[in-house]
Amino acid sequence: MGIIINADTKAIVQGITGKQGSYHTKLMLDYGTKIVAGVVPGKGGTVANGVPVYDTVKETVDVYAPDASIIFVPAPFAQDAVLEAIANKIKTIVVVTEHLPIKDAINVMAYATQSKVTIIGPNTPGIITPGQCKLGIMPAHIFKPGSIGVVSRSGTLTYEIAAELTAKGLGQSACVGVGGDPIVGLNFIEALELFRENPETKAIVLIGEIGGNMEELTAEYIKQERYPKPIVAYVAGRFAPSGKRLGHAGAIIMGKQGTAQSKIEALINAGVKVAEKPSDVTALLVKELLP
Amino acid sequence: MDLSEYEAKQEFSKHNISVPNGALIAKSTQTAQMLANLKSPYMVKAQVLVGGREKAGGIIPATSEKEAEEAAVKLLGARIRGLQVKQVLIEEKLSIRKELYLGITIDRFNRSYVALTSATGGVEIEETASKTPQAIIRTFIDAQSGMRSFDSVAIAKQLGYSGSQLVKLSTIIQRLYQVCIDNDAELVEINPLAETETGDFVALDARMVIDDNALFRHPEYASKETEELSPQEILALKNNLAYVKLDGDIGVVGNGAGLVMATLDLLNFFGGKPANFLDLGGGATLEAIAAALQIVFAESDTKVILVNVLGGITHCDDVARGIVEAANEAKVKKPLVVRLVGTNQQEGQKILANAGISVLDSMEAAAKQAVEITREAQP
Repeated sequence: MGIIINADTKAIVQGITGKQGSYHTKLMLDYGTKIVAGVVPGKGGTVANGVPVYDTVKETVDVYAPDASIIFVPAPFAQDAVLEAIANKIKTIVVVTEHLPIKDAINVMAYATQSKVTIIGPNTPGIITPGQCKLGIMPAHIFKPGSIGVVSRSGTLTYEIAAELTAKGLGQSACVGVGGDPIVGLNFIEALELFRENPETKAIVLIGEIGGNMEELTAEYIKQERYPKPIVAYVAGRFAPSGKRLGHAGAIIMGKQGTAQSKIEALINAGVKVAEKPSDVTALLVKELLP
Repeated sequence: MDLSEYEAKQEFSKHNISVPNGALIAKSTQTAQMLANLKSPYMVKAQVLVGGREKAGGIIPATSEKEAEEAAVKLLGARIRGLQVKQVLIEEKLSIRKELYLGITIDRFNRSYVALTSATGGVEIEETASKTPQAIIRTFIDAQSGMRSFDSVAIAKQLGYSGSQLVKLSTIIQRLYQVCIDNDAELVEINPLAETETGDFVALDARMVIDDNALFRHPEYASKETEELSPQEILALKNNLAYVKLDGDIGVVGNGAGLVMATLDLLNFFGGKPANFLDLGGGATLEAIAAALQIVFAESDTKVILVNVLGGITHCDDVARGIVEAANEAKVKKPLVVRLVGTNQQEGQKILANAGISVLDSMEAAAKQAVEITREAQP
């Protein structure tokens, strides 16, 4: 069943003819994802990877009623692409595009909230429900169906940990990358809510990194809610260089939050087991899952 | 991208936010001529992008033209917290009643801009914020309607103003938001915003950070991008590589910010010290990969180079070719530790094997080996 997407999810690809869009459409199709159409203004009527291409999202809605869209449109045009998907009430929108300006991200998130659609990303590897559906750019072979939910801010680090889980026999119910940008749609707390309601998910791996205070707020949520499923976390950036910082607003808004230490302390305090190295995640998880 | 005080104030002026009369000087011989249009006393301010500039001696008050000239001579060419002063801003010093703080930045969790304001601004603002958080007023800004007059009036009122001053301050808050939006800033800050003896509001200092991802909309800042960068940093920028120089001796190249950060953490865990952070990003081209290796080879402190790539959209064969190319061209040979798995793994490993470079499967083993090599290199 997974979260957000499953074997029945019908998806469109915005930017299907670009280099990344075309390459990953093929891989998603190979995985079994139901890609019903692509959208590229000016390429309507053509076919890409065996998938019909339309000029607008609206045309695909009329024909296929898609549940999801995955967006590969380059950053300068991505805002319009996301707004187009929102305007057409596509329920789930995965924004793979990197380098989306913050102002554009803030704008699309406001529209998404108003229209009650879920945005994953931007700058996300996407989401996969192993064995059923992949909407993203992650290498498929490192995942296998199972009962571990993975939510992460990082792409390759997620692959690192997922591959290790799979190698040790721990399959995944779903893996979702929330995106590496300051402003993202789906956040850790919302992902945890979904995993909580998901009967297949027995435990969760949370992969955080320095910057922002999402991990701290998530720790607060876990504590307050007495979150019912075990969580193992890894936080990258214990020894990351601190950038030179001008102005005070960042410090005022964050207080002492934002460092790896602050995040790790908050998570431990909330009862989360925190791995020191990526390779320790699996062992901690096995311990947590012991009856 | 950080703007200097002078550049930020130019943006403020364009948006009708008052700033003190001032002049920008790059050569101390220009001082006398520039001072002709300014009234004493003065503030002489080094234009360097460092926090705590005042405490580091970068701001010198002057009561006469002579003192201002001396201050300009002293500051120009000097180093403030390691950065060379190329320009100074000389401004008229105002008589002020009160210092306020105004800032607009982003709130990640609320997914919006947020205005931060305080009736007690000045250099101690961060301390104020941590000791008396209630002294900071936070106002989330609705993304669709923007900063409206009722938002800014409410802020001005909370800051303790009424009547015409309330309207003046409210207008400045709205203009500051417009500066933020028009410039795609992730931070705009006035600290302090002075309430003068005449009851007006003037921005005494200014900070602006432009969102790097929005620079394609701002060609006016394009030439600034490479101004203060080292040749390695310029090469990184050209190839879309995220590169930060650090002070250790293990050069690091990886793909994905999280994975590279985890690599730095592992090096530290095993007792090593990374010489840099270098993230290839996703789907790097052969050219970018070769440039990345060239950058770490060129760092003189680096004793060993650790490559940690988990190929998804990045292809291992491209990485291998990039490594071989850079290793062959490098003037100084350095030992390489390579961890390379994922897309086109076998081809990549074959290319490296042919060049006599061995490959590891685990990032932990690779980090450990890199640290061991630096230990052996110790005399």
